[in-house]
Amino acid sequence: MIAHIFEERCDGCNSCVAACPTHVLDARTDGPPVIARIDQCQTCYMCELYCESDALYVDPDQMARPTITPQAILESGQLGRLRHDYGWDQPGDGHLSDFWRLGPLLREGAEIATRRYAAFKADRG
Amino acid sequence: MSQRDGLDLTADVLIIGGGMAACWAATSAARAGARVVLADKGYVGTSGVTATGGPNHWWVAPDKRAQAVEERHARSFDLAERDWMARIIEETWRALPELTPYYPFDTDGRGGTFYSGVRGPEYMRALRRFAIDRGVTILDHHPALELLQDGDGAIVGAAGHARLDDRDWRVRAPAVILATGGCAFRSGLIGSHGNSGDGLLMAAEAGAVLSGMEFSASYSLSPAWNSTRTLPYFAARFFDASGHELDVPPPMSSEAAHLKALARAMDAGPVLADLSDAPVLLKQLLRRIQPASLPPFERRGIDLFENRFPIRLFGEGTVRGTGGLQIVDEDCRTSVEGLYAVGDCATRELIAGATSGGGAQNAAWALTSGRVAGRAAALAALRVSKVAPGKAIGQAGLRPASTARAIDLTPVVPAVQAFTIDFDGTLWRSAAKLNKAQERLDGLWREVADHGHAEGLDRVALREQAAMLASARWVGAAALARDESRGLHMREDRPKVDPAQAQRLLTGGLARVWTRFDPSTPLIHPKEVAA
Repeated sequence: MIAHIFEERCDGCNSCVAACPTHVLDARTDGPPVIARIDQCQTCYMCELYCESDALYVDPDQMARPTITPQAILESGQLGRLRHDYGWDQPGDGHLSDFWRLGPLLREGAEIATRRYAAFKADRG
Repeated sequence: MSQRDGLDLTADVLIIGGGMAACWAATSAARAGARVVLADKGYVGTSGVTATGGPNHWWVAPDKRAQAVEERHARSFDLAERDWMARIIEETWRALPELTPYYPFDTDGRGGTFYSGVRGPEYMRALRRFAIDRGVTILDHHPALELLQDGDGAIVGAAGHARLDDRDWRVRAPAVILATGGCAFRSGLIGSHGNSGDGLLMAAEAGAVLSGMEFSASYSLSPAWNSTRTLPYFAARFFDASGHELDVPPPMSSEAAHLKALARAMDAGPVLADLSDAPVLLKQLLRRIQPASLPPFERRGIDLFENRFPIRLFGEGTVRGTGGLQIVDEDCRTSVEGLYAVGDCATRELIAGATSGGGAQNAAWALTSGRVAGRAAALAALRVSKVAPGKAIGQAGLRPASTARAIDLTPVVPAVQAFTIDFDGTLWRSAAKLNKAQERLDGLWREVADHGHAEGLDRVALREQAAMLASARWVGAAALARDESRGLHMREDRPKVDPAQAQRLLTGGLARVWTRFDPSTPLIHPKEVAA
């Protein structure tokens, strides 16, 4: 679930309020958005993609309220990492040049499982 | 509903929903010359299960199509239609390249362009821009609460609540397309929080019929704490908490056996995945292919290819299950005048029969159903000169049949999951289990329909609960009435396929849920098949 919005990084654009598909955030006139309905957060990370300031962090546990401290988030190096991994601001910049491999790699994984399972069954008699 | 300060619009075509089917419908209706309003519960771009995924579309070159259709039809348990399958392949082949100005299609590794598979967030961002460029009016965060119906029974618009503005909205339009997605019964499946069956409930209040709701046992594997993408798991080994390797058949050759082995093990205790056997190239490229697969692990200090970690099967309900609103013609009309259904909100039996349309077929269906309904709705609407104001027809949660009072909703989600998400009731259905769970759902439904009432924004959440209850009751009724096992519908007390039941099963109704087999389903190859 969303853990923290860093006020010193937030430029108040409220893109996250608009982009959140489940209405977790409320805009404020005098500061960064507030986490108003955390029980509706599905931990989808979409707010991170839409935050150009890399000002917010989603904790990966969708079952429990986050306890991570802002200091630990900053030290983790994860703030903004996902958006940069996507190449979200540079579409067409080669970030999708390996995407075609998804299907072949998925099938290769399944074939590995099939071969291994045959051996597993033979081994167990 | 107060109209004084609300938003009141007119359009030719109103689309409810904001995923890929809604956007393809919107661009298609706009191209046909209609004034289009698209109202979504969330944000068009991040809403729904496509945005958080990465759909591959059914993509078959012209010379291989006849064979692809035959092969897939042979696995449909006799409930799919070859014409529809061929149609979604053709339409998808035509449509995806149209997105080139908006989506950064890249190489297919063989010197060509890779069109069939797209990354979810970029795809939905592209579809949003495409729709806006075509002149579509997008209303984000405008959940629909109910349909508007004229004196002849035709749908003429919808009404809802704009949640960021905290005001009511109403759009009058002679053609309405429902694209609200499947119902995931709050399983925690990534992207599905808003997929609560809202469109199914609204349509049923207008008298619409559903089909295939019993085909709804589908799951996807993820780390136990965060539903995410499934690519890394195909080569996984599985262990119990004591380190004993589990006997889990491989995922592709025996999907139901794979699922059932994992489900049984999870009911007994934690199950850990070991991904060390994953393809070497996947380990190197996962971040470039599916960046969102990594945060659940990196943010917990876990190396997903080195460390074993607990996993969970997240239920997919009718999202990857197959049931939904019945489609009565080639334009994706429902059984109600003026009302169309597309994407996961509609039954996908036409293309997948009793099985799951998985990713690729369902994506091709969402695209195609959206495009054909968008065009048909536009052409129908442009022939209408005057639209009656219509009456708002929402019932449960909006207009209680008896005295309004506060009701305890905490039992609703556990009850709706009994035979849609919970392993034992879903993968090993039986008449006894279904009857018991259905009785509980009927009681909760009566409570909400008789007494449920809320104001303002709170109506959205209450209607979601009502919609999940209604959807679960249709699943339960259909699962009871289909007295056999077939595809995604698995009855432990009726383990065989019964050739006499090779027909679609229709359901509907709210106060009283009904079912009936559809005698118009062609019996093509009746034969005994092991379930």
